[in-house]
Amino acid sequence: MFAEIGYGIIVVAFIVALYSVGAAIYGERTKSPAVVESARRAMLLLWPLISLAAGTLIYLLITNHFEVSFVYEVTSREMPTYLKITAWWGGQAGSLVFWSWLMSAFASLVTLRKWERDREFLPWVIVVTALTTAFFLSLVVFYENPFARFWQTTGGQIVTSMFAPSASAVAYFPSDGNGLNPLLRHPGMIIHPPMLYLGFVSFVIPYAFAIAALITGRTDDRWIRITRRWTLIAWLFLSFGLVLGGRWAYDVLGWGGFWGWDPVEIAALMPWLTGTAFLHSVMIQEKRGLLKQWNMILIILTYSLVIFGTFLTRTGVLSSVHAFAQSSIGPVFFVFIGFTFITSLALLIYRWPDLRGETEMKSLLSREALFLLNNLLFMSVLVICFWGVVFPIVSQLFTGQTVTVGPPFYDRATAPLFAALMFLMGIAPLSTWKRSTVGTIGRVLWKSAAAALVITIILFFTYTQNIIALVGFYLIALVLLVTLYEFWRAAWARSKAAKENVAVALWNLFGRDRRRYGGYIIHISMMLMAVGILGINAFQIQTQGTLALNNSLTLGNYSIKYESIAQFTAADNRQVTRAVVNVYDKNGSYLGQLYPRIDYYPDAQQNMTIPGERPTLQDDLYVLLVDWQPASANGATFKIFVNPLINWLWIGSLVFFVGIIIAAWPDRDPEYASVRWRARRAEQTSAAD
Amino acid sequence: MNRILRFALYALAFGIVLAGFWAATAHAQSPTPTDDEVNRIAHQLYCPVCENTPLDVCPTEACRQWRDLIRQQLSEGWTEAQIKQYFVQQYGVRVLAEPPASGLNWLVYVLPPLIILAGAFLLFRAMRGWIKPPAASALSPLSSSPNGRGMSEGEDAPKDEYVARLEEELKKRK
Repeated sequence: MFAEIGYGIIVVAFIVALYSVGAAIYGERTKSPAVVESARRAMLLLWPLISLAAGTLIYLLITNHFEVSFVYEVTSREMPTYLKITAWWGGQAGSLVFWSWLMSAFASLVTLRKWERDREFLPWVIVVTALTTAFFLSLVVFYENPFARFWQTTGGQIVTSMFAPSASAVAYFPSDGNGLNPLLRHPGMIIHPPMLYLGFVSFVIPYAFAIAALITGRTDDRWIRITRRWTLIAWLFLSFGLVLGGRWAYDVLGWGGFWGWDPVEIAALMPWLTGTAFLHSVMIQEKRGLLKQWNMILIILTYSLVIFGTFLTRTGVLSSVHAFAQSSIGPVFFVFIGFTFITSLALLIYRWPDLRGETEMKSLLSREALFLLNNLLFMSVLVICFWGVVFPIVSQLFTGQTVTVGPPFYDRATAPLFAALMFLMGIAPLSTWKRSTVGTIGRVLWKSAAAALVITIILFFTYTQNIIALVGFYLIALVLLVTLYEFWRAAWARSKAAKENVAVALWNLFGRDRRRYGGYIIHISMMLMAVGILGINAFQIQTQGTLALNNSLTLGNYSIKYESIAQFTAADNRQVTRAVVNVYDKNGSYLGQLYPRIDYYPDAQQNMTIPGERPTLQDDLYVLLVDWQPASANGATFKIFVNPLINWLWIGSLVFFVGIIIAAWPDRDPEYASVRWRARRAEQTSAAD
Repeated sequence: MNRILRFALYALAFGIVLAGFWAATAHAQSPTPTDDEVNRIAHQLYCPVCENTPLDVCPTEACRQWRDLIRQQLSEGWTEAQIKQYFVQQYGVRVLAEPPASGLNWLVYVLPPLIILAGAFLLFRAMRGWIKPPAASALSPLSSSPNGRGMSEGEDAPKDEYVARLEEELKKRK
């Protein structure tokens, strides 16, 4: 009963979404505000409808309705209720409903804004968001239906179908479900997909406005100003999704790292790269009226990569071209990506002449020129990622040969680009709009550059002689010092001019230009993260050995002693094999105990290797219980990693959060502030000319 | 000594397991390869069954056997290159972390730099087109601040348009 209701609501939502698209286009063409309003209301109806369907699905999940094949695949009787709820996005069909649900929520939020000044955008924003929602709903309605049930035919065959395949077929009720993949039962994996999806769907909003701007021909920077905060929020969620994914991999996958250049990871990184480039280059359009065409390209790319990322991870194309061809949703995705991409490009080409820059660039060292270089570097990383992910598919398609493009390729290709990006992050804040010269930048840069050099020399004598790591540390120090110098310089200028105490002046600075100083805090956070990434990449050490009880294994400054091992069944029916190891430093001082363990999930018949971790600011001791056979109970195999500086990655991500909140914090009256800014800019420009 | 004994025992146990599988040719030579030596090679190989998982960390039973095979080969005196070659022959080039640079695979290495260079060239050309030589007076950063008052803090003050604007505004508010 509930399955039929859920499916029925999804079908209605799909029809409503299509109506919304149709009515918006018709209303715009016939200049009929009433019809557009009807489209808007239909759009607003989507979220409650999909929420209802989702509620039904959750009800089926938590009440063990295993006759529904999706429920059977992702839950089992043993799973606690909260996991049954989060299993909603743990499987393919459910995650598509989840995607649609978030998309409709964002689309509703944006249609609820005040539209007075931007009436002409409204129908087209509705068209884009409703069409995207309709596409995902169509996948649910026609291909991946989470409400489909098991039926037993008279021949005894079990088939999956929404409705009884024949009059004689009876519903089939399995006694228990498969259970969610244990890898997905970790708290990190519960939050990570929603974050990523939120990032994905919120990038649809700026894209929708960009398309609206292209269609209506209102190609000034209005669409960018409206969507600036949406873009920041999308970027926040996407960034957090990536970091949480890394943390999850670190805590759960048991290979001592957080990023493996896996195609699934890259699929989420690619829209982040274009999104980050977009965040920077829209500033050039806002401040200088340049790069309108380029910003359109970036947001179109970001949207396409969002859909492409979902496509990569949802259609099985990554595992093999054949899996893609067999997957029911693969070709549909392909067509949708092709359609939106080509339509967007066609619109862009149509409006190309209207999108010319309003002014000229004046210097190769101006801030806008440096931002362009930043864009070039981000796009270069994107090219490498895209090609690395796509090449195995191309190879399989043309030669039938399966190849792996793994971490060495990406590390080698992207490291110099990331280094160059860091260098830019060091000098760009010191440059000015319109014109800077080597002299003007050099005058403010040299102190930071010299101090960073001193730090690097100290590190050379005290920490490492690894040249690549030293270059990395130099760049990190440079960016940190330049950014701190920028804070100091502005706070000092303000405290002098306004006779304020420096701390108060600093506080007020944040109030005056949140975007700039929030952005700088984000730069600082990126550098803290870079410390962690550099640390684990350059200095990670590892060893593995089989230990008898009370024997030790030594690595770097640590030594672990195997104390005991125990097996027990946890409350959720996991079979836990937990070792106790004592940790000592190199002088033999006791530092604490770690409990690496192997969890066996009988319902899914899968092992998980959970490390024991000892985090400090210097490094992370990461101990894995690799193997233990009860038959030979005198020995257990341990693998130990020492991951230097890795915890700065997680600290950096918290600072990042602070930075983005500052940058995205709403102004008291954004419209007024923006008008005032423009007036000032006009005044300045006239004074300069 | 204890350690060697332990590894010998381990190798023996593993030898028995492999005996049927490997046509009873397994006979451990000393010194027995350590786990670290095995992992160093396994890390460069990719699990032939799982997606994108290096062999040293793959938890499946098949991969455990492959790691044992590497240990066996090492103990028989195989070099790293020979072991990799063996895996490529058995399971195809997908076991390598990167495709060998031959045939179509050249594209992996050649295409991204070409595209990036083309992008850089386009950007450079576009920028050259945008930049008009500024008038001599415009070269001085001072002229960018309205009526020049922004820089009244003295010559040492940073010549930043933003700071100038900030100070300008503060003066107006006073």
